[in-house]
This record gives sequence, C-alpha cells and structure tokens, in this order.
Amino acid sequence: MDYLNAFWVGGLICVIGQILIDKTKITPARILVLFVVIGCILGGFDIYDKIIDYAGAGASVPLPGFGNLLANGVKEEIDAEGAIGILTGGLKAASAGITAAVIFSLLGALAFNPKEK
Amino acid sequence: MSKHFGRQSVRFENPVYIITTASTVGPKEGEGPLAEFFDIILPDSLCGEDSWEKAESKIVKDTFGKALSKSKLSQENIDYIISGDLLNQNSGSTFAIRDMDIPFFGIFGACSTMGEGMSLGALLIDGGFANNILVGASSHFCASEKQFRFPLELGTQRTPTSTWTVTGQGSAILSNNTNEKCPRITAITTGKIIDMGITDANNMGAAMAPAAFDTLNAHFSDLSLNPDYYDLIITGDLGYVGHDLVLKMFSEKNMDLSKNYSDCGILIFDKDKQDTNSGGSGCACSAVTFAGYLYKKLKDEQLNKLLFVPTGALMSPTSAQQGETIPGIAHAIAIENI
Amino acid sequence: MQDNKAKYQKMVEKSSPNTNLILNCLNAFWTGGLICVIGQFITNSFLNLGCDIDIARTITSVILIFIGILLTGLGVYDEIGKIAGAGSVVPITGFANSVAAPALEFKKEGFIFGVGAKMFIIAGPVIVYSTLTSVIVGIFYYLSK
Repeated sequence: MDYLNAFWVGGLICVIGQILIDKTKITPARILVLFVVIGCILGGFDIYDKIIDYAGAGASVPLPGFGNLLANGVKEEIDAEGAIGILTGGLKAASAGITAAVIFSLLGALAFNPKEK
Repeated sequence: MSKHFGRQSVRFENPVYIITTASTVGPKEGEGPLAEFFDIILPDSLCGEDSWEKAESKIVKDTFGKALSKSKLSQENIDYIISGDLLNQNSGSTFAIRDMDIPFFGIFGACSTMGEGMSLGALLIDGGFANNILVGASSHFCASEKQFRFPLELGTQRTPTSTWTVTGQGSAILSNNTNEKCPRITAITTGKIIDMGITDANNMGAAMAPAAFDTLNAHFSDLSLNPDYYDLIITGDLGYVGHDLVLKMFSEKNMDLSKNYSDCGILIFDKDKQDTNSGGSGCACSAVTFAGYLYKKLKDEQLNKLLFVPTGALMSPTSAQQGETIPGIAHAIAIENI
Repeated sequence: MQDNKAKYQKMVEKSSPNTNLILNCLNAFWTGGLICVIGQFITNSFLNLGCDIDIARTITSVILIFIGILLTGLGVYDEIGKIAGAGSVVPITGFANSVAAPALEFKKEGFIFGVGAKMFIIAGPVIVYSTLTSVIVGIFYYLSK
C-alpha cells in the first residue's frame, strides 16, 4: 500500500511540474526553485508532513520534500536552541543532501566527461 | 553607373567566381540526408581534441586546409580570410588560423555569418581589392549548448519548435579568375536588423523569419525580380516553423513561394529519424549545406539560379536573461551559372 | 508597428507545433512515480534494518542523489529526461543532475573556476531561495511561539 501511495502522489507532483513547464514559460531550472520554496512554505504551515505521512517517499523524494526538510529543521532548531535556530536550522537539515550532491558531483567530474549528443 | 540598387542591394559588374568549397560535419550530420555531399565526416565531435571549443577550431583549420588543397591555391594566393562562428569573441575562427599567414577579418553574424562573409568577400573582389578570398563559418553543437543553453548532461526536454545546432564548417573560395566553369555571385542584398518581439529562445525560426521575409522583399524590389526568377530560394536555418512563417507572410502579399523555396535547416536532418524537432541551425547549417550540397548542384547545373539567404538570431545569453527580444538578420546572395 | 508585432505573435502561435501535453504528463507521472517507489523501497529497507524514520529518509536522499549523479556521469540521465520531462526534474535525482551536469561540463575550465564555480549555476538558486524561505518560516515560528 505504501508503494502505491508513493507512486501516485509522487507521480502527481511531477505532473504538476510538467504542466507548468509545458503551459507556462517556466523553465525546468525555475521549477526546481519554485517547488522547493513551495515545499518550505507548506512545511511552515505543518501541511507537508501530513502529505508525507500519507505518501511517504512519494512526497519526501520530490523537491518540495527538500523544502519541507528545511522548514522542519528550522522549527526543531528554534525549539532546541532558541532564536539562533532561525539561521542554523534550515541548512543543518539540508546538509546531508547538499554535501552528498557536492561530493558526488566532484567525484563525478573526476571520473566522467560529458558525452556528445 | 552605380552598382548599388535600391536601399539594400548590389549587383556586381566584375565576375566573382566561387571556385571551390569544402565542408566538414559531425557524426550526426553525417547520418543525415545530405551525408554524401560533405568532404569530411568526423567520427566523433571531439575530433581528437580535449574540449568542444578546441574541436571547433580544429574543424575550421582542417576545412580551410581542405578548401585550399581542392583549389590548388597556396596560402600566399589568398588575400583575405573572412570567417566567423558562435563562440565568444569569435575564438572558433581566430584560434583556427593562428598558424596561417593570411590577413583576417573576423565577423559575427550569428547563424547568418556565411552570408555576411560571402557578401563582404564579393564586394572586395568586385571592387578590385582582392583576387582570392577564403570565406568560412562554423558552429559546434556541444560548444553552443554549453555557451547558450544548458550543460549537455542536464535532463531537459526540447520543445517541438527548437532547432539542433549543426556541428561543422563550410568554406568557399571566392576569386576573380578561374579556368573552369564556376558559379558566380551576381548580386547581394544586405539585411537589416528586424525584431518582431519574439522572446522564446526555443523558437529561433520564428524570431528570424521576419528578417528573411524583409530581405527577400528588398531583394525582389531593389533588383526588380520575381521570386520565380530563381530555381531555388533557400534560407539558412529557419527550420520547419520559420519556413512555414515565411511562406505565410508572402502569401499575405499574394506571392506564392511554395514551389521554389526551402530551408537548409530542413534539408540537413531527417527530423523523424534524428529527433531534431524544427530542424538544423547554427552558422554551419547554411555554410555546410551550401558548401556541400548546393555548390555541387550548381556545378552540375542542376541548379542555375540560386538565392542563398543565411539567417541569424542576434541574441546573447545576457540579453536573453535581461528579457530582451530576439533581433534577426538575413543576407541574400544571388549565385548563378552564367 | 506594435500592431504588426501582435499580429505576428498570433501567426507564430498558429505555426508553432505544441508539445504533446497528455503524453508528456503521462510520462512524467509514471517516471516520477517510479523514482518515488524506488525511494520508498530504500526507506523501507533501512526501516527494516532498525533505522529511525528520519535517518532512513536522509539515507534515501543520499542514495538517490548518488544514483542521479552516477547516471549523469554515464550520460544516461539526460536520455531519461528526454522522455520523463518533469518526472526526472522534480525528484531529488533531478536536483543531483542539475549539480553534476555543470560540474562535468565545465571540467575543461579547471577544478576551481570550472567545476567549483559552475557547479551551482542551476542548483544555486534552489539553495538560495529555500534558505531564504526557511529563515522566513523560522521568524514566524519564533514569533508565534
């Protein structure tokens, strides 16, 4: 059951992105920004966690899940450390993803060259 | 008597022969419908170099060399090189000819560069300022993507109106003297910048079509010609979308070009098999189609009156990011067997 | 002139073929859904190993980022993207692809000004604006406490 929910919710979030790309002039690079920001805002209102509760990876794997992670991180850090958490919480929560992307990309650049199309 | 006609056109009095051409294309173009007409088909786009940009310069150098060897002229016989490309600061051309001992004019006309180069070359020869001129234009798909669009490995979809930058270089040697029968440049019409407010960088055909329409109109009226004077009128890289728009703009003026009008971007790829959407584009699109396919047809007298109209979209990544519209240009070159 | 431009714009819209929205959405749906199912499988596997849910989700992200970058390096991710469209842009693998693709592309300009500087030409704004949004969320949360 959790696989089915992950499939259709995750697929649906991607379809929203596809409609925005095809119907408006929003480029994929802007879609990335838009979706992360929306996820962060929905996280701020405690809405996105409810979607994750239902869909699991169907909501945490798409980019709004990354935004939600930042929102949750900020809140947890404020609860634990006070006002300084406003500055430290977001990136702390996102650090695994960003660090992985940086390190793997560096290794990728060492190992691979772009291929002609 | 003045050689200048109307606002934009010149009719040459002295012969300007196109004595030879040479063309190099990448592997994808080499699988296309025009493959048999190209001199060199590269096995890969890197061409033995370690970057796309260096590969483009290598292609330019090798194709110029090929043109010289085909013409049996030596470097000392060439008075000028006129060449351009799409890379920043025209580095594709300038780096290619570092070792050549020939005076050089570097030009930028985006994808209309071959037309601009042939126009300037013909003017110099008719004016008696040069005997032999080497003209060329190049582009490289991977280098253009990197500079103008996205990294190659980014997973994006191409829209149906987008075009595919041709990898290659087309060269032509213009001369005032020949022993054999060669096609001549008889007239040119120099384009104006035309901007009809298109902003979609994935629809270059639409951005450039009004410029092609404007130049063609000027050509017909300046020189008092009808479109059916020519066996073939061929624009540079408007692709299917731009080609269709040019036909529509002429039909609004009650002129029918459908019988003798085509576009290099349509000819160079098979859009169904090669996934090239609206067709080919880039400086090399018109340059290699002319130097390979069209020149052969002229030499074989299957074509005797050709109007070659390379088209260019004069935007930069910066202008696009600042929300500017895309200005277009088109230069018409009349080439005839006389 | 302005009239002419408006008229031309209409003409262009008529002449320009549209993307096949239904087909694109269908492809985005099943590919995006499939990536999420793979994510769910990884998460479940780590939950079965006794991991805490937050850790399991973090490991899932890291593994998906690794897969996205590996497929980018192998020259496969852009081929997937041609069919999947948003289906391969929106999942975290798309973010990974947007970091790795420029890193590879600008290798020839060196590891400092090429790879290092250009790595975030696409993903940079994602981090900038998600950080900004998280700070705004934090301010409201702090004040409402």
